[in-house]
Amino acid sequence: MHKNVTSTKENALAIDLTKCHTILSKYNQATPADLIPILQQIQNAYGYLPQSALEEITARTRIPLSKIYGVITFYSQFSLEPRGKHTIKVCTGTACHIKGAPDIKKKITEVLHIHEGETSQDYKFTYDPVACLGTCFLAPVMMIDNRYYGKLTVEKTETILKSY
Amino acid sequence: MEKLKNPDDLKKYRKSLESKHRPDIVRIFICTTGCRALGADEVCKAFKSEIEKQSLKDKVEIVDTGCQGLCARAPVLTIEPMGIFYGRVTETDVPEIISRTILKGEIIERLCYAEAGKKTPYIRDIPFYGKQKKIVLRNCGMVDPKSINEYILRDGYAAISKALSGMTPDDVVNEIKNSGLRGRGGAGFPTGNKWEFVKKAVGDVKYLVCNGDEGDPGAFMDRAVLEGDPHSVIEGMLVGAYAIGSKKGIVYVRAEYPIAVEHLNIAIQQAKSLGLLGENILGTSFSFDLEIKMGAGAFVCGEETALIASIEGKRGMPRPRPPFPATSGLWGKPTNINNVETFANVPIIILKGSEFYKAIGTDTSKGTKIFALAGNVKNTGLVEVPMGTTLREIVFDIGGGIPGRKKFKAAQMGGPSGGCVPAQHLDLPIDYETVKEVGAIMGSGGLIVMDDSTSMVDIARYFMEFCQEESCGKCVPCRIGTKRMLDILTRITKGQGKKEDIDLLKELAEVTKSASLCGLGQTAANPVLSTIRYYLSEYEELINKKDTQSLPQESPATQP
Ligand SMILES: Cc1cc2nc3c(=O)[nH]c(=O)nc-3n(C[C@H](O)[C@H](O)[C@H](O)COP(=O)(O)O)c2cc1C
Ligand code: FES
Repeated sequence: MHKNVTSTKENALAIDLTKCHTILSKYNQATPADLIPILQQIQNAYGYLPQSALEEITARTRIPLSKIYGVITFYSQFSLEPRGKHTIKVCTGTACHIKGAPDIKKKITEVLHIHEGETSQDYKFTYDPVACLGTCFLAPVMMIDNRYYGKLTVEKTETILKSY
Repeated sequence: MEKLKNPDDLKKYRKSLESKHRPDIVRIFICTTGCRALGADEVCKAFKSEIEKQSLKDKVEIVDTGCQGLCARAPVLTIEPMGIFYGRVTETDVPEIISRTILKGEIIERLCYAEAGKKTPYIRDIPFYGKQKKIVLRNCGMVDPKSINEYILRDGYAAISKALSGMTPDDVVNEIKNSGLRGRGGAGFPTGNKWEFVKKAVGDVKYLVCNGDEGDPGAFMDRAVLEGDPHSVIEGMLVGAYAIGSKKGIVYVRAEYPIAVEHLNIAIQQAKSLGLLGENILGTSFSFDLEIKMGAGAFVCGEETALIASIEGKRGMPRPRPPFPATSGLWGKPTNINNVETFANVPIIILKGSEFYKAIGTDTSKGTKIFALAGNVKNTGLVEVPMGTTLREIVFDIGGGIPGRKKFKAAQMGGPSGGCVPAQHLDLPIDYETVKEVGAIMGSGGLIVMDDSTSMVDIARYFMEFCQEESCGKCVPCRIGTKRMLDILTRITKGQGKKEDIDLLKELAEVTKSASLCGLGQTAANPVLSTIRYYLSEYEELINKKDTQSLPQESPATQP
């Protein structure tokens, strides 16, 4: 299990566990219900869930690593791999679908050479599909980090991506 | 802030707020939630600095609000007391709005709502608002959701105060039962009956959960309520907690809704500091605390047993019912789960009485329903109408019809568990039962309009891909059934369909429906069945044409 979770990419990066310790220090008597909030905070701090941080969680909460891994792989929010500097969330919801989201997705793959769920080689972008951003009036829409881009066309998409 | 020690304190507090309220001041209400996506924050900042610059602080006030409904015109603002509505406002319009509209009372035509070339400056004349009835959205877009005072000014927390000072928990349950309120999360279960079950269930601890997972793609009602009027949900939960005897509540919010979490957090803090949450609320023996849990991106977690598993920190997989959460839910304790919109209905029912509420709607479905109107329709946005309103009224009178020269083809209702309602049913009065009869479901309120350029087979394939990806994999019929149906639908859209495919789809649909563990699998085939029912010829055409004219393809579906 340990080896499975560790990614080779991660070994190349030294992980500073200070932030992880700060987060865990708030959970002196952690219960299983705290696991998801802990993982969310660690992912926020590091952009993904480093293996060494997961080992710290196990040590602190006594929740077995296998259980932690099970939870991580169930929820699409969590990532075991380092992520790109920017996250592109492309809406694949119904309203966006009928207004041309499939073409937008194709364009992103064409421009960045990555598919859904992947990170570009230069670690600039991670590309995640999401089922509805709740801004259907902007369809088709994508979000880059916290910024919305609505009423997209393929041309607009290309210009936006290149502006980063 | 000092805690309110009894219901009279609350009344006095409201009075003191009223006396400070200045009716002579011009208020500009700007949506800074949904409209943020198109620059509302910048517009807001521009107004604030312009007001500063021109020293207009005593004359004009900016109010950041939640959704005002007409999202198609985002960013939008309303100017009161004149009742002027402007849309597609940018920062550069701000000085002109101040100098012409605010100071001289002139209308700026280019910012007005227009239909067929006719400009409509006043909100009361805009047909989009005319046919709506705002009960749940009564405050949304009219108050600053970050201010508890504005909520209190509009009779906020008067319902819980009324319940605590003159009603027993049984009275509350009976009032909700009598109102006919049904769950807005999709299934339409009578809320009062659910509360009664949980009230009667044996347990030292009882939990009250608000389901804000809103996973249905194309639905954003719960987001708007949580962002635009979080106190109404908190108050609804307080009433529910008092009725069932719960001390601990949890709001489960979807990961993609950061503004909702932000506003809810502020609202909880404010309610606590006024003594409206916490120990001995309004000086009574009733105590209730509230906590937020954020989802982590899984559609199935909207299902109540999966949601409970997720709160407990596990993989969010459903389990068979019974036992129902009402007897054994979170941590094995009796748990009451209701949807955001369900809770937001509660304060009005308590305050105005069940008779008032019952008078709205149809025989079987009372009150109003919020729909998130999206897709190929002019006025995309949020609409609240009485149950029994027809689809035609929603799509054409309120929604303004179909853009371009296209024609209405279908309305998709109920998301991945729902179906497509074709043009022949446009005059159907919408309620839980009628929608079901025509092969869709009310669902949570997503209403996606499709014009005649939409391929219905592609829509069926789209929803099947969604369900297949979101299937948690615990039960075989759902895991394999959705996969096989998706294979067949993909094959048909590629122009490689076979004659027997339609019968095979129907058979698979039947098995997946009857044998799946939870609602996801049980309803996953609905979009397929409803499109076969109304648009069989489109399937046949694609199958007969073979690969001469296949539909555009998306990336291949992932393995289960
Ligand atoms: C797959 C699936 C997804 C669901 N998603 C939601 C949801 O996002 N929000 C919601 O309120 N109910 C959802 N439900 C319904 C809940 O299980 C539950 O019935 C509801 O929250 C009860 O609240 P109500 O009685 O107020 O409607 C979903 C059900 C299923 C089967
Ligand atoms: S469907 Fe794309 S934002 Fe809702």
